Amino acid sequence: MNEQQMIKVDEKGFYGKFGGAYIPEMLHPNVEELRENYESIMASKEFQDEFRGLLKDYVGRPTPLYFASRLSEKYGAKIYLKREDLCHTGAHKVNNTIGQIILAKKLGKKRIIAETGAGQHGVATATVCALMGMDCTIYMGEIDIARQHPNVERMKILGAQVVPATSGSKTLKDATNEAMRAWINNPVDTHYIIGSVVGPHPYPEMVARFQSVISEEIKWQLKEKEGTENPDLVIACVGGGSNAAGAFYHYYNTPGVRLVAAEAGGLGVNSGKTAATTAKGTPGILHGSKTILMQTEDGQVVEPHSISAGLDYPGIGPVHAHLFDVGRGEFVAVEDKDAMAAGIELSRLEGIIPAIESAHAIYALNLIEYSKDDVIVINLSGRGDKDLDTYIKWGKY
Amino acid sequence: MNRIHKLFENKKDRVLSIYFTAGFPKLEDTLPIMEAIQAGGADIIEVGVPYSDPVADGPTIQDSNMIALENGISLKKIFEQLAGFRDKIHIPVVLMGYLNPIMQYGMEAFCKKCQEVGVDGLILPDLPMQQYIDDYKELFEKYGLVNTFLISPQTSEKRIREIDENTSGFIYMVSSHSITGAKAGISEEQISYFDRVKALNLKNPKLIGFGISDSETFTTASNYSNGAIIGSAFIKVVKDSKNLSEDIQRYIQSVVN
Ligand SMILES: Cc1ncc(COP(=O)(O)O)c(C=O)c1O
Repeated sequence: MNEQQMIKVDEKGFYGKFGGAYIPEMLHPNVEELRENYESIMASKEFQDEFRGLLKDYVGRPTPLYFASRLSEKYGAKIYLKREDLCHTGAHKVNNTIGQIILAKKLGKKRIIAETGAGQHGVATATVCALMGMDCTIYMGEIDIARQHPNVERMKILGAQVVPATSGSKTLKDATNEAMRAWINNPVDTHYIIGSVVGPHPYPEMVARFQSVISEEIKWQLKEKEGTENPDLVIACVGGGSNAAGAFYHYYNTPGVRLVAAEAGGLGVNSGKTAATTAKGTPGILHGSKTILMQTEDGQVVEPHSISAGLDYPGIGPVHAHLFDVGRGEFVAVEDKDAMAAGIELSRLEGIIPAIESAHAIYALNLIEYSKDDVIVINLSGRGDKDLDTYIKWGKY
Repeated sequence: MNRIHKLFENKKDRVLSIYFTAGFPKLEDTLPIMEAIQAGGADIIEVGVPYSDPVADGPTIQDSNMIALENGISLKKIFEQLAGFRDKIHIPVVLMGYLNPIMQYGMEAFCKKCQEVGVDGLILPDLPMQQYIDDYKELFEKYGLVNTFLISPQTSEKRIREIDENTSGFIYMVSSHSITGAKAGISEEQISYFDRVKALNLKNPKLIGFGISDSETFTTASNYSNGAIIGSAFIKVVKDSKNLSEDIQRYIQSVVN
């Protein structure tokens, strides 16, 4: 692999053609402050001690790498589940919020703002704000507030203020717009904790690095179990792409490891109701970075659809756009109905009710080729508690 | 000579620029609104290119963008509407819009079309200075387009000087740390920021925008710069108007006089 083919961010925040920081000047000082400081802060022993300590004692890391024997038997491969669903708050999102809140403290910030779709990132943010005694405001689309009600209450119990985003389509994309506007309005004392590998540089790389603990652990855990650090495949679902970036991170530049990204096919990639960004999207700019997004010919952002609110986003992080562009990642689209079936299947086979987002990654097993001896790691990004309503409404179990 | 340069050569004070959203309130209002802005006595027209996700804008401009898009506006349609506008409009015209719709149109095709129809300059709030220098500066210059950057109270002196170096029309001074939207009055804190920037003696003229809504705020802003930009307050006038031409002219006259 030559230098050109390496998957890494350059000094301007680009992964190949994608990334950068396309932001209004009003956000420049904030984003620049972060860019100038995040690497040195993250490299400091003080930061690492606090971050690692909290991941261990508060989040409950390392999360198990579990050999799923009944699932393996069914699919004819050696399948391991990386149990991010066992993280405190129920999903991988907290790895990032722990990292960012320590960073925010080191930058002297007093207030935290964040966007949320399903409410998982909002809960993870409200949680760390409670932990650190920081003021917390979460922006959430009006429609998502209605369909993810338990998470709204969780955030409130944790002491966060939840502000409805009433503009545009009133979902995750608009919550992100509102959070960016709130940051423009409060530039000095406020840190914006973005919840995925999206946004202007340095967010995508910074969030990926916080999440990279996932593949860091997979490496030594797999070494213990299989005698090798490298699986044949890693599979993860992609909304913005943070759990996938974390699971792929230490394998980006290991060509023998296939990286499979499961996007939300919704009602079908050609149904007009989908969130399968690489299938339906084109290059453009969304939320501060050049990436692939679903848009009209005229460059207006199209409203996505997925049964899982966490994947209901019209773009993907720039690193994933790059993985797709250079063929390093294999992207599949999993439809709503198939994800639901896979969620129920995993519940029955392994006694694990997955988040519907994560169920997309499980179903991907049906859409890709692999051989019998292959070692496959599926990143189980979250648990299904938050989705019980959706499972119940779906029925069929 | 570019109309923006000519304007500032002749007028150093109380320059009024009016922002409106193309295709709002009705699809075909674009040109009539421009004519009324000119007739009312404004100096520059900013034609807003609607976008689904305007992150620097407050509710008033967000809504006008949404309605314009529902009306069927697009960049292509705007250029159709602007064809031949120079027969009627002689004051400088600037297009203001987010980058994505322009990227989809094609940056060079866009610049070329701007020159063809008679647009003088661009304000692209999410085009950062470095990206502009690296990717687009030559293109803008080739098609005779003047680019305007924003600065805010948070912008460092060093960066303001860099922006000044890379601007050739005017600098858009965002009046406070906020998104667009008319607020009441101008605070002490804002005045000290205006003073600070004034003392830098920049080579480019400056227009103050965000929160300018009436004769009083316009006059205050003009005392510290070469004039001001009105957006949200103007959109409100247009939105509630039963007689666009009359209401627009009356409003602009009430601001400048
Ligand atoms: C359990 C779970 N998985 C995945 C996602 C999608 O986010 P990302 O693609 O950033 O991992 C979410 C987002 O809310 C989530 O809650």
